Amino acid sequence: MRTVTVINYGRSNLLSVRRALEHCGAAVRLAQTPAELAGAEKLVLPGVGAFADGMAGLEAAGLVEPIRAMARRGVPLLGICLGMQMLLEESDESDTGAPCPGLGLIPGRVQAIPARDTAGAKLPVPNIGWRPLAPAGGRADFSGTPFSSVQPGDEFYFVHGYSAHPARLQDALATAAYGGHNLCAAVWHGSILGTQFHPEKSAAPGLALVQAFVDL
Amino acid sequence: MRLGRAGGEVKAVQKIRLIARLDVKDHNLVKGIQYEGLRKLGDPHDFALRYYEQGIDELLYLDTVASLYGRNNLSDILARTSADVFIPVTAGGGVRSAADAEALLRAGADKVAVNTAAIARPALITEIARAFGSQCMVLSVQAKRRDAQNPAAGWEAYCDNGREHTGLDVLDWVCRAQALGAGEILLTSVDCEGVGKGMDIPLYEAVCARADVPVIAAGGAGCAADVAGAARAGASAAAVGSLLHYGRATVAGLKEELAQMGVEVRR
Repeated sequence: MRTVTVINYGRSNLLSVRRALEHCGAAVRLAQTPAELAGAEKLVLPGVGAFADGMAGLEAAGLVEPIRAMARRGVPLLGICLGMQMLLEESDESDTGAPCPGLGLIPGRVQAIPARDTAGAKLPVPNIGWRPLAPAGGRADFSGTPFSSVQPGDEFYFVHGYSAHPARLQDALATAAYGGHNLCAAVWHGSILGTQFHPEKSAAPGLALVQAFVDL
Repeated sequence: MRLGRAGGEVKAVQKIRLIARLDVKDHNLVKGIQYEGLRKLGDPHDFALRYYEQGIDELLYLDTVASLYGRNNLSDILARTSADVFIPVTAGGGVRSAADAEALLRAGADKVAVNTAAIARPALITEIARAFGSQCMVLSVQAKRRDAQNPAAGWEAYCDNGREHTGLDVLDWVCRAQALGAGEILLTSVDCEGVGKGMDIPLYEAVCARADVPVIAAGGAGCAADVAGAARAGASAAAVGSLLHYGRATVAGLKEELAQMGVEVRR
């Protein structure tokens, strides 16, 4: 049975992620400590809530350096929602006013979603709802990527107040428009994948992505 | 994206999320009329699974008697739902503390809805938002017209399932709650709830003009045109109960009608 290790640092919808992985045939292990992380074949970094709080949770558990080291070694890593945002270098979502550092595995930063749409009308934030994906990073479609099961226009469930701005064009795998803004919906570099949306909450198209990760 | 006008502010009309609202008493799906006279309809999980398979966008479980008895019975139902329903789930009813919220989140909810306890102690909103993120903190507002015939007289917030009035003005309360950390507003019209004779559209217009966070319109959806009206008023989502539970509409049928009316939905 394929084993997936889910990083458990107290800031996630762990059960939903676990159930989706199990539905896709994975044996799920939870890792709260560096020792439990060691030897993992595949890692999922879930996350909901605020960026600074999420990073503080990883730091308190001593998981920041082990996650960085494993990702750099090529252990497949899937970051979901806040877990994707933490893959980047830093976020404006912080209590101190200064940007909060992230894991730094994908160059770029995380910034607030504008409170106006591109026509100047008021836009509710957070962005909550199902949004269609479009290929990004100069791609015409998702073939040859971890999203090969996705047809452009397939809808996924988002809930976020901040969005990622990867520095390298090719690291942006998908965007999803909200109020006319093309928000980053997924990042991908080598064995590192991040989804701003919740595949575990996105019905059949989401489960297909979870399945692809389990089957890697 | 089309534009609508609400309270003087030009607002974008969002693609509407269709939410199945499941009121639960003990282990039964129930449905009341204006929160009174509850009728048992069956196992809530059976309904949830059916709506999921039909393409509902989200689920909302509310324990209807929890705040009366100070407890919440949803954990078992949430655990069953999380095993075979892979869409967002909000749970509420009797949430009095961050620990209560955590118990629902651990059982499989993605968000928690809070009403009575937040009115009694608004700091609870901030505590839940800090601990789990504001996207988890749904403020449930039960709004009743001060004058049934005249929306200009405004709305008062109620608690304990529309039984107790609080003296709070709905617009003031929503603005205060979002400043405290509420990430979404579940806005139920007490006047229209369960009657199925239409929604209080002026309520959604008034609140959406002031709210910066998404608003879920609830109470009284009797047909697709009601949901379309809520979308045009600025609501990001609409919660539908009786219409689905009594088989007067299907999820797919509602979405088809909404699309024909020019309201974007997930297909």
